[in-house]
Amino acid sequence: MRHRSTSRALYELLSSMRFAISLLTILGIASIIGTVLKQNEPYNNYLNQFGPFWFPVFEKLELYTVYNSVWFLTILGFLVLSTSTCIVRQTRPMLRDMRSFREGARESSLAQFQHHARLGTSLDADAARQATEAYLARAGFKVRANPREDGLLLAAKQGSWTRIGYFLAHSAIVLICLGGLLDGNLPLKAQMALGGKVVTSGNQLISDIKPESRLGLENWSFRGNVFIPEGKSANVAVLNVQDGILLQDLPFTVSLHKFHLEHYDTGMPKRFASDILITDNATGKSVEKTIEVNKPFEFDGIMMYQASFEDGGSRLKLVGHDLRPGSTAATFPAEAAVGDSIKLSNAGLDYTLEVGSFRAFNIENMANEEAAETNTIASLEKHLGSGAKSPTKKDMKNVGPSVQYKLRDSAGQAREYQNYMQPIEQDGAWYMLSGMRESPSAPFRFMRIPVDEDGKADTSLAIRRVLIDKSRHDELARRFASVMLGADATPAIRTRMHETTAKTLELFAVGGFESVGKFIESTIPEAEREKAADVFIKILEGAGWEAWKIARASAGQPPLEMNGARARLLRDTLNATSDSLHYGAPVYLQLNGFEEVRATVLQVTRSPGKPIVYLGSLLLVLGVFAMLYIRERRLFVLIKASGEALVALSSNRKSLDVDESFRQHRDALAALLNPNAGPSARS
Amino acid sequence: MDIAQPDHSRLLRPTGIGDWLFALVLAGAAVFALRQYGGFMDVYDKGILLLVVPGLAAIGWAWKPFRAFLAAAAALALASITLYQGDLARAEQVFFLKYLISSQTAIMWMSALVFIATGAYWLGLLARSDFAEKTGSALTWCAVTMGTTGLLVRWYESYLIGTDVGHIPVSNLYEVFVLFSLITGLLYLYYEGHYATRRMGAFVLLVISAAVAFLLWYSFSREAHEIQPLIPALQSYWMKVHVPANFIGYGAFALAAMIGVADLLVRRGILASRLPSLDVLGDVMYKAIAIGFAFFTIATILGALWAAEAWGTYWQWDPKETWAFIVWLNYAAWLHIRLTKGLRGPMLAWWAVIGLLVTAFAFVGVNMFLSGLHSYGSL
Repeated sequence: MRHRSTSRALYELLSSMRFAISLLTILGIASIIGTVLKQNEPYNNYLNQFGPFWFPVFEKLELYTVYNSVWFLTILGFLVLSTSTCIVRQTRPMLRDMRSFREGARESSLAQFQHHARLGTSLDADAARQATEAYLARAGFKVRANPREDGLLLAAKQGSWTRIGYFLAHSAIVLICLGGLLDGNLPLKAQMALGGKVVTSGNQLISDIKPESRLGLENWSFRGNVFIPEGKSANVAVLNVQDGILLQDLPFTVSLHKFHLEHYDTGMPKRFASDILITDNATGKSVEKTIEVNKPFEFDGIMMYQASFEDGGSRLKLVGHDLRPGSTAATFPAEAAVGDSIKLSNAGLDYTLEVGSFRAFNIENMANEEAAETNTIASLEKHLGSGAKSPTKKDMKNVGPSVQYKLRDSAGQAREYQNYMQPIEQDGAWYMLSGMRESPSAPFRFMRIPVDEDGKADTSLAIRRVLIDKSRHDELARRFASVMLGADATPAIRTRMHETTAKTLELFAVGGFESVGKFIESTIPEAEREKAADVFIKILEGAGWEAWKIARASAGQPPLEMNGARARLLRDTLNATSDSLHYGAPVYLQLNGFEEVRATVLQVTRSPGKPIVYLGSLLLVLGVFAMLYIRERRLFVLIKASGEALVALSSNRKSLDVDESFRQHRDALAALLNPNAGPSARS
Repeated sequence: MDIAQPDHSRLLRPTGIGDWLFALVLAGAAVFALRQYGGFMDVYDKGILLLVVPGLAAIGWAWKPFRAFLAAAAALALASITLYQGDLARAEQVFFLKYLISSQTAIMWMSALVFIATGAYWLGLLARSDFAEKTGSALTWCAVTMGTTGLLVRWYESYLIGTDVGHIPVSNLYEVFVLFSLITGLLYLYYEGHYATRRMGAFVLLVISAAVAFLLWYSFSREAHEIQPLIPALQSYWMKVHVPANFIGYGAFALAAMIGVADLLVRRGILASRLPSLDVLGDVMYKAIAIGFAFFTIATILGALWAAEAWGTYWQWDPKETWAFIVWLNYAAWLHIRLTKGLRGPMLAWWAVIGLLVTAFAFVGVNMFLSGLHSYGSL
């Protein structure tokens, strides 16, 4: 007996509204956690974010995969249970209520209704019954008549279907949750727990992955990614699970012919599409298809979606410019594919080149920032007109391909570089840009190497080579001194000039303008520093010009005349040289040619729960509308032998509409029952 | 009036020549659009276009002033298109385009009218002036007309930039804020007519004003009003149904919250003699949440269907999805409490007001603070 009452109490609790509402609230709060804490990130990110103490705690609480966590699924399970018991509990009384006309209602209870009125009638009983029945039918009621001692009760109802709405909406919740569970990672968890499947590391060849980390064709619920470079094919999908991967065998092989990547003029992406050939592994039948974003394709019960794209190992031709002082081998060629990691060992270099990414084009806004508009009227004016114009000027240009790579030294230290293939115009001159950063979070700092008349960085780099070569400093100083002083200067002045120039070059070759600046600060009084700086720059420019001449002569080129453009190139070369001394690498790798290979990433899913969820969604919409917009009304008209009629109206909802519809029915019936008189109702 | 017909069953029936004419013009417009532009639409676009006809006709039949509003907005938009002559540059040269009915200008007019209407409603409420309230009402009608014109013309302008750029203007935060203002305004005007009281305008227009203020800031300081082409994920007919359905939800919830504020004030005796009775306020609040919930349910499901097509999963707990779920739970609970428990009183009003905070976070906050797949309208 005690046991029964406990289970009864449990049943009461589960099916109670309070319990359901509490569950909804908890579910809502639990969901928030997953939106605040980014889900399914690599575990390292969390470790960095929370530190070694909290990381395992949060991992235990499954906060990195809240929506797949045991506790979250348990709450959902309880919601399903609660909704189900609620349905079970309500079904019988609701169906009974739907069918019933309540024609047994007593006069005394009708008189208790909030909406009731006693009407007089001038018709005889039969005529009153006919008129009332006709009215109720016209007004869309179903009527049942009950002749009884105190008169004739016409019990009418409409809108009982609103009760069906309750069943639809609530069973919809159950269906959606169940369907969702089938498509979630519960089936996967089950296979890992019961089928002995184990997650493996993602850093290995697919062929090396052991059978216990592969899921077979019989797996009926999964979501994974297929990575296919152009011209290649794949027949397995990769499932990211926890901190590793599982492989999913596919019943077909997908080959990628071509990946289409289109952009608007603004540089925004316009179209991602994969031309693929799918071949059924069993039958050998194949289909050609183009999969695009928003245009998935289903094959063998597996849906394929355009998820993303990557570089598929574009082959790059690079030219290495040796930046070490005194280097003689000016350039060397190198070839690498994106994703490669190769040794750079030319002329005693000991570096590893890790090619990170390649972009075939870069669209940048080349317009100069305009001064902010201060006048309000003018500002308003700018915001009138069509929505097509931009109040600020934009000048979108494709500045050409770029490559991003890391250079790692023998000690394991790496810096990251971003180099553009083509010269880019800045401040009226053209430069090769090479960005460097020490950590992935820092922005790139760019070294701007000016290009010569041929559009190449070679001239600037050749000048640089002579400038920072210590063995040339003496010669440079001598040549500069003789150009500056002419033939009639005394040897003492000549020596001083020579020494100053040599010292300046020595400083400059160590740390660029920074070293020269420090030297000025430490040796020259403040008042004279500006003047001194000018002198040093004059010296560097002069020596630079001499270096240029030497570089040309040693390359067997004829001498040049100085002009404005060359002076600019020389100044820019000094800047670039100065920056190059903080470049952090002994080599500048110039992108010289490429053969782009793209790869597509297709998402493949088998989701058996989808039809169930969709059915649930349909039922939910129907149910919600039925519950909210089908109005249940019960109208009782008790026609008494005494010539009086009692009208009463009830509804399952209390609202102003009920008041209004009661007024309408009451007045209409009053008029019908008294065809010869005005309305005489009393409430 | 046929007294045998209760009010609600009459809603979806045409009563008179105006209704038929309205439906006929809508159908004619749809046929014209199909013949003229059918080549650019896929079968789903066509289906949506055809469903819009009975949809709008039904609204017009159930709510007569809607017909005149839609006719005015369509006429203004057509006038604008005629003036454009297919050349965007004319927005700067033609007076009526530059200062009246180009999209940006129309939206600016909408903004100004919303502010003035808010002032008029408050004046009407505080000074008990019928005239001021009627003015507020008329101005609100003008505002939604201008806003609708603005969006329609913006749609056209986007195609003038390029046929590959053109799209329905519900694709980013700027555009949906205009949509939000319109829908909230229209919902309010419906209830104003239905309950025959203009006293709620002062409160409802406040939330529209707030939306418009945000819109102006977003436009002037972030230049968000510039028409942008669609990224691949958004290039889908689903956008045409998912976004508007969502904003019927958001608009209705915002309206309910402002009615909730009025309700709470009345309970404290503030403005009690001026505002409608608690019965009326409670009823409007319920009606707004009911319609909002119904459409929010549809919108979320449409979103799931779209997500299945674009992202490969109908639900993946993306922050926007999760917050939509939270909003849905919130109002599901509200409706349960009111309908099943029959609860009335200040708690429901408080709940509706807090609901707006939850809704606002789902609408704007997620874009500001959380990153995810719905990052089309980042701030």
